[in-house]
Amino acid sequence: MKEIAILGYQQSDSRSDAGAVNEVEMIMPVLERTFAQVGINNAQDVDFVCSGSCDYLQGAAFAFVAGVDALGAVPPIKESHVEMDAAWALHESMLKIRMGHADSALIYGFGKSSPGELPIVLSQQLDPYYLAPLWVDTISLAAMQARMMLDQGLITERDMAEVVSRSRRNAMNNPHAQLSGDVSVDDVLAQDTYVSPLRKGDCCPVSDGASAVVIATVEKAKEWGVPYALISGISHAIETHNMGMRDITDSVSTRIAAERAGMNAGKVDVAQLYAPFSHQEIILTRALGLGDETSINPSGGVLAGNLMMASGLSNIGEVFNRIVSGEAERGIAHATSGPCLQHNLVTVLETAEKA
Amino acid sequence: MSEEEQEMITKVEAPVYLKYNFTAGSAPTRFLAQIKNGVLAGQRCPKCLAVYIPTRGSCGRCGVPTVEEVELSDKATVQSFTIVSIPIPNNPIEPPFIIANVVPDGANVSFIHLMSECVNEDVHIGQRVQAVWKPEDEWGYSMDNIRYFKPLDEPDVPIELIGKLTVTGEEG
Repeated sequence: MKEIAILGYQQSDSRSDAGAVNEVEMIMPVLERTFAQVGINNAQDVDFVCSGSCDYLQGAAFAFVAGVDALGAVPPIKESHVEMDAAWALHESMLKIRMGHADSALIYGFGKSSPGELPIVLSQQLDPYYLAPLWVDTISLAAMQARMMLDQGLITERDMAEVVSRSRRNAMNNPHAQLSGDVSVDDVLAQDTYVSPLRKGDCCPVSDGASAVVIATVEKAKEWGVPYALISGISHAIETHNMGMRDITDSVSTRIAAERAGMNAGKVDVAQLYAPFSHQEIILTRALGLGDETSINPSGGVLAGNLMMASGLSNIGEVFNRIVSGEAERGIAHATSGPCLQHNLVTVLETAEKA
Repeated sequence: MSEEEQEMITKVEAPVYLKYNFTAGSAPTRFLAQIKNGVLAGQRCPKCLAVYIPTRGSCGRCGVPTVEEVELSDKATVQSFTIVSIPIPNNPIEPPFIIANVVPDGANVSFIHLMSECVNEDVHIGQRVQAVWKPEDEWGYSMDNIRYFKPLDEPDVPIELIGKLTVTGEEG
């Protein structure tokens, strides 16, 4: 099987409101920087393009098609789309390469969440018979999850505040972060309750932005002569939509995905975990059995800026950045979808130096 | 109650209402600001030089931003058309009427608008037309500042030249 590498990653600033720009105007600058990073002109120079977005976010039917206008798609290109985080678009692109249908791929994700009421918009991803008609919003669902963990003695509010404090401090080194600062645990605990037991700081912000990644076979990466990291494994698993039928204080699907992706075959220097709520980072860390040797969310994670449909892809890019800079040798990137960590994808990345 | 006695459920009502603050985008905003002044403003691709109207912000062929603004003529050429013979719900226009893809002089792509002051059966591809504007005090941020396009007494444009005329109506 051909080894696959990641060669480039760019992200826009995470902004609470991108203002008047439309999807194509949001994507173009990110793609331009990505093309420059790997030394290509446009999407004509890769074999496959796959994007991740969700039309519900900006409330415009077929909004994802507008993204194609950023690619340079004449003459026609091979192109696909997932109505999911673009980390799953990367998964599809890897399958395309493994099947021998492509040697390189561009993946991009974008989300303009500010036009709608995001927690309410996301209620419509719930099961259509029992939950969506109740308009249960994502923050309330996460609050119930946190309440369950607190009552079972699995976490304390201080544990949650520590996650927020670390995110804000880590994000000070992330030029694209939306929320960052020297915020102490006590500062977080001093905040008012928002949706009990969550404080505003426990919840990711609403963000607009885009990110992009280029992957290719190792042969192709060598031909292009740019630094790369190996993608040694990728897998995803999903749990039932019925929240009462799963243990929401754990993330079984994340653990299964990580095992299948081969996470346990070596040390994990860095882990970018998609935790839209502080307590969910603790669930994920425990589900994966990560310890002190692992740097968790050095970018600040999505508590510092949550690009719907792009932040899962960005997590892969953030691990890539740390491997090519020599900061880490091996790491994992996690993406999630659905309420209370329903659907989870784990990617394992490794340095190309040892191979 | 046995299964046979239960009423079959064939429908669950769950209406969805979501509110959005929609924004057109930077390039469409510039286009709309210009049409409020009675100007059809296109944008030119810096690579292939194609002129787009209405603008979306990028050249879909080249994948690059279209920054340069180009003022276009309100004279245009019919690229395609259809005669609508059935009433459309909530449409105040009485059938039969014509909707047409027209390419304004100086642009390389068409947009859809209405045609009137014409004999429907005589409308044809390559026909020259011109915008009939509403009175200036009624202009807003909308394509319906133009009521419709009406025929011009000018020679037809050969099919291969449609979408290739300069802003003065000459061959590009």
